[in-house]
Amino acid sequence: MSLAFRMAFASPHITATAVEVTEFADLIQKYRVNGVPKTVVDDRVEILGGIPEDAFIAEAIRERMPQA
Amino acid sequence: MLSDTQRQQVKELLDDMVDDVRLVFFTQSFGCETCGDTGRILRVLTEISPRVSVDEKNLVVDKDDAAAYGVAHAPAIVVLQRAADGTLVDHRIRLLGAPFGYEFTSLMDAILLVSRGGPQLSDASLALLAHVTSPMHVQVFTTPT
Repeated sequence: MSLAFRMAFASPHITATAVEVTEFADLIQKYRVNGVPKTVVDDRVEILGGIPEDAFIAEAIRERMPQA
Repeated sequence: MLSDTQRQQVKELLDDMVDDVRLVFFTQSFGCETCGDTGRILRVLTEISPRVSVDEKNLVVDKDDAAAYGVAHAPAIVVLQRAADGTLVDHRIRLLGAPFGYEFTSLMDAILLVSRGGPQLSDASLALLAHVTSPMHVQVFTTPT
């Protein structure tokens, strides 16, 4: 979790929210949370499980990288 | 709420704070099972450390504040830094749901990050984040255990 927080702390464009989903059935359904941790970026990109910092950030911003 | 041992562990962590931290806590009068306990645990944090303060808001009554912080559920906690000159700085770090179990660890991480400004990401990570030039929302879903 702390990785997403550090991303928000480092970039003025990023908001990070840690969601304890147990009591939010609507969010479990909307984001199809079957296993945790599950990360969702901009309601589109999904990252499952905990992965290393560089891989996580690369995946999170993949859609924003300039196309080769 | 917290055992004596847990209180001591939390105190040791919070003793390392540098800047004060303001927790904006959004509660709801009806239909929120964990809002009461969340408020209680946040008050315990303010008892443990004078550097932590809580500003309680109601999701329905204070809807303008909720909208300003992008909060649509309760309980929710927005973690703000009180800078040396007294201004509150929003680093866009929020927690949704009850801060128990794993989420409590996340809350402590958020408080220490905002208060101390570290640990930082690697230079390679910061270079990647420079590509983010418009709003991005990262949500991490967890359960208490």
